[in-house]
Amino acid sequence: MFEKKHEMLRKLAKEFAENELEPIADDAEKAGAYPDELWKKAAACGFGGITIPREYGGAGGDYKSLAIVVEEFCKKDAAASSLLMSNSLSGAPYLYYGTEEQKQKYLKPMVLGQAIGSFALTEPGAGSDSGATQTTCLWDEEQGCYILNGRKCFITMGPICDYAVVFAKSDLQAKGTRGISAFIVEAGWEGFSRGKTEEKMGMHASVTSDLVFNNVKVPKENLLGEEGQGFKIAMGILDAGRVTVASQGLGIAAGCLDLAIEYSKERVQFGRPICKLQDVAFKLADMATEVQATRMLVYDVANRLDHHEKVTLQAAMAKYKAGEVCNQVAYKALQIHGGYGYMQDYAIERMTRAARLVSIYEGTSEIQKLVISGNLLK
Amino acid sequence: MKILVCVKQVPNTNEVKINPKTGTLIREGVESILNPDDDNALEAALQLKDANPGSEVVVISMGPPQATEVLVECLAKGADDAVLLSSRAFGGADTWATSNTIAGAIKKIGDYDLIFAGRQAIDGDTAQVGPQIAEKLDLPQVTYVEDMRYEDGKMIVKRQLEDGYEMIEVPTPCLLTAVKELNTPRYMTVGGIYDAYQHEITVWSEKDIPVSPDQIGINSSPTKVFRSFTPDPKGKGMMIEGAPKETAARLVEELEKKHYL
Repeated sequence: MFEKKHEMLRKLAKEFAENELEPIADDAEKAGAYPDELWKKAAACGFGGITIPREYGGAGGDYKSLAIVVEEFCKKDAAASSLLMSNSLSGAPYLYYGTEEQKQKYLKPMVLGQAIGSFALTEPGAGSDSGATQTTCLWDEEQGCYILNGRKCFITMGPICDYAVVFAKSDLQAKGTRGISAFIVEAGWEGFSRGKTEEKMGMHASVTSDLVFNNVKVPKENLLGEEGQGFKIAMGILDAGRVTVASQGLGIAAGCLDLAIEYSKERVQFGRPICKLQDVAFKLADMATEVQATRMLVYDVANRLDHHEKVTLQAAMAKYKAGEVCNQVAYKALQIHGGYGYMQDYAIERMTRAARLVSIYEGTSEIQKLVISGNLLK
Repeated sequence: MKILVCVKQVPNTNEVKINPKTGTLIREGVESILNPDDDNALEAALQLKDANPGSEVVVISMGPPQATEVLVECLAKGADDAVLLSSRAFGGADTWATSNTIAGAIKKIGDYDLIFAGRQAIDGDTAQVGPQIAEKLDLPQVTYVEDMRYEDGKMIVKRQLEDGYEMIEVPTPCLLTAVKELNTPRYMTVGGIYDAYQHEITVWSEKDIPVSPDQIGINSSPTKVFRSFTPDPKGKGMMIEGAPKETAARLVEELEKKHYL
């Protein structure tokens, strides 16, 4: 499945993670932000555009490459996959549905590290149930533009994004998800504001907030795709997005396993390293086996995406498995660390808190099971 | 400017183990990397290229076919072309035979303004190949370069010394050997990696370069290894702690005990 270029890319991502991410991960977690310098360094390496075509500043690579980079980043710092969002949630809507002008104006600066985008779908009352969307963006004949009103929540990069793809009802008559459209909304426009930065359990460096729209005027050319196409756009992007989140879960799990192996070799109790205790050694064996099984699922989906297959079922399975496995592996890895693992001085504490998100966001494990079973029983 | 950079693939360890029977390095199980000083040499060349648009950076290495890996890495960082000198006839070469081979390749490439090499490779630690190449090409050379700039066909170079530095002006073409203080090597780029694997790497054997068979490979190497060994580990050191006066007195006492004073 992997070519030489993939192995070289893994080497690059691993070097970057070890030299640039690992040393600052704890500080970034405490500060609740990455230094601007890190965004620039990541963009200079081309990480912002792994899967984005060359004409928009990217490398024109495949999803396997993206999964590799996400895995290696998240082994050292789970929140660092937010540096790669222009490849998935933030950038993909433009790539697949944007006009040439929209791609040049909004996608390219994100890829080059000159701007930050976000994907605004979730609302206080519409999480997995997109049909309940309350935000509206209605055409105003008099003003010659759309008028956006409403509130989006849990928006990754919300506090610092320069623009967002916002999903809103443009047709109040259409039922369910049919009246939803996607709009590109700039943060500098009148009526655009942000909620306070959320104080989350983990992944503090990947910032989150509400986005609030109060009579924001959205020009016609900022409609993304066609009117009424919003739900289709969101679901299509989420399929590919799940691969990124699954890779993130894989990276966290693999990183926790690495930490557990290292600690169990160093920690001496009863006169020998604790890895010599069969219970610890067998825990490591279980963890490694689960990590490898997850890896196979993740790269299988990435490979299918590279062959333009529909991956709704496989992406749901990979995301479900990775979300659960990273939590199980983090739990066991922290258990091996004993009391030290509960201290913030040890990376396993940060990784464990981060893992908890993976089985929740971009579709909970339960939503993934709904998708999987729906495919089995149709 | 046309800038050549000599690089080497080395095992990723500072403590290479030696097979006591054959006297050669044990490479099994050790990851191979671009020699660190050579990475600084490449970075210096790439910085000159960035500052002088239209410049070309060509990397050269001698080694087995798998050494293409480090050349791909150099291309992925921004080098324009790569040449691998690879042949059984080159095998087992010491620094003299190696520099003959590389100098031969450089003569064939020709038309260069500058040659960079790393100070030394972490597997052999000789620091001889760079200077020997310069001698064989009859070029001026500056070793241990920790800073440099290009001005009107000359290089202004800061040469590292143990207790200071020298400022040297040297006309081009010349050969410079880089130390790690010279710069911070850049990363590869994602797009650079994809492009590097599309790039055909030139491979030359002894038939392709102007060198005679009695100048290359193990049989022409004047260095003969009679025996290699790992020195016995030294005994444990002793730490003397406390106030300066007491520790100084204690140190003198210990040295007298051992009859060093």
